Amino acid sequence: MDYFLITTSLLKILGILFVIILPMVSYTIYAERRVSAFIQDRVGPNRVGPAGLFQPVADIAKLLFKEDFSPRNANTFYYWLAPCLALIPAIVTFAVVPFGSTLFGVPMVIADINVGILFVFAIASLGVYGIVLGGWASNSKYPFLGGVRSSSQMISYELSLGLAVIPIFLVVGQLRLTDVVRYQIDHGWMIAPFLGDWTNPAKWLLAIPMLVSFVVFSVAIFAETNRLPFDLPEAEQELAGGYNTEYSSMKFGLFFLGEYAAMITGSAIVVTLFFGAWHLPIPSWHGGFHWALIDGSGDGWRGILGGLFNIATFFAKVAVLLFVFIWVRWTLPRFRYDQLMRLGWVFFFEIALVNIFITAIILAYYPA
Amino acid sequence: MSVCVSRPKLNWRERIYLPAIVGGMAITIKHLKNMLLGRTKVTIQYPEQTLDSEMPEHYRGAPALVRDTDGRVRCVACQLCEFICPPRAIKIVAGEIPPTDRFAKVEKYPAEFDIDMIRCIFCGMCEEVCPEQAIYLRKDYAITGFTREEMVHHKDKLLEIGGVMHGVILKWNEKK
Repeated sequence: MDYFLITTSLLKILGILFVIILPMVSYTIYAERRVSAFIQDRVGPNRVGPAGLFQPVADIAKLLFKEDFSPRNANTFYYWLAPCLALIPAIVTFAVVPFGSTLFGVPMVIADINVGILFVFAIASLGVYGIVLGGWASNSKYPFLGGVRSSSQMISYELSLGLAVIPIFLVVGQLRLTDVVRYQIDHGWMIAPFLGDWTNPAKWLLAIPMLVSFVVFSVAIFAETNRLPFDLPEAEQELAGGYNTEYSSMKFGLFFLGEYAAMITGSAIVVTLFFGAWHLPIPSWHGGFHWALIDGSGDGWRGILGGLFNIATFFAKVAVLLFVFIWVRWTLPRFRYDQLMRLGWVFFFEIALVNIFITAIILAYYPA
Repeated sequence: MSVCVSRPKLNWRERIYLPAIVGGMAITIKHLKNMLLGRTKVTIQYPEQTLDSEMPEHYRGAPALVRDTDGRVRCVACQLCEFICPPRAIKIVAGEIPPTDRFAKVEKYPAEFDIDMIRCIFCGMCEEVCPEQAIYLRKDYAITGFTREEMVHHKDKLLEIGGVMHGVILKWNEKK
């Protein structure tokens, strides 16, 4: 038994879950309310604590003390199972995300498995079961419609989600996410592959399919996490809240947490694949201009501070993407359902497919 | 009869959505920026800031009873307000002023005067109908309570809100 591995993994799991993800979920909800208020020229929650910063605590206390009501004809087992299924995949997906370089010599990724991105897709797709089950077990028509919409939406967008990242793995040649990060450190971030090598025309050409990939992937992530403009499964105005209409108290809270945890995981995946994960190049003039790399490999305090800096960089990037999520939500109206399907099947699917071929052709003409 | 609505023909820029999306996001971020810079005028922060100083003269808040400069409750328990009150929020129990009293001529006074502030609609008809100028609508608007009982303003509460009324007809004084 490798006790060192087990202990460090446990510590990483607990740390990531209770120190980072759950507080981040709470504060994403707070940010959502505050940013939406600012965008709509309102003030937002500003009563609990300074600038309303303790609002998440109040929210959770409220949810815990509310009456936990189950409809009489609900299928109790699945009705109870659904909120858990909505939350767990979003959190489990985080296991393969490299959220930092190393700290005390321990790599900052919970499970550095070689199927990396496949694991992400496999687990993230399970999130839909929570929604479908919740919608079906409630035995009510609006949740049912929400659940059905959710499943068809997932199928349409999971395709382009998967196809959109293939160009990246064509370039990198590995499915392991830490290898993707390593590649980006050595050759420039995926969103701008020319950064590492200004003179190479192949890198400039690659920027085009990478940008397309990025757009398709992020739009698919929006659809995957049921965010506006693709929030058809919840659609307050049409479905009275969709799949979670019949849920109350902390069961509703779990759906809510699950949605935001999925957002965080989605942003983390985007950051890992396109924005160099924890990597932040620092300009340095020691012996001529070059980009310095800060990571956790230094001795003593240098290494620890470097490792912490990498983790902070990663979550700062995630936070920026979360802001974009919120910003988009309070800007765009919802798509009509046929528009959503058309967009998924007729446009993104094809664009992602063509994109793979373009990338392959570029790589074939300019072998690394 | 069916009407055929002609749909506008979109050009390619409109059809790929993206320019419109970017334009929309620019608008929302501008609002966010203005809000953060404090350029946006928003509503007042109620319990801390109020508009009490800018309240108009004719504002109709909580009804209240007043005393005159002699300290007498001006109400003579004629019960006109109780009668006129549209939501029937007012309840008066009249009492008799003993003959030895200085104001024995008035004969009646309100032994109990309750206004149920849950029912009151702040219409001001009691003030309008009162022949004695004894009931006024004041500018109090934050009337709160944890129980229905707390929301009933009794006579002492009404007098407390009302205070003393100066400089109006004092027809119950002895003739000088």
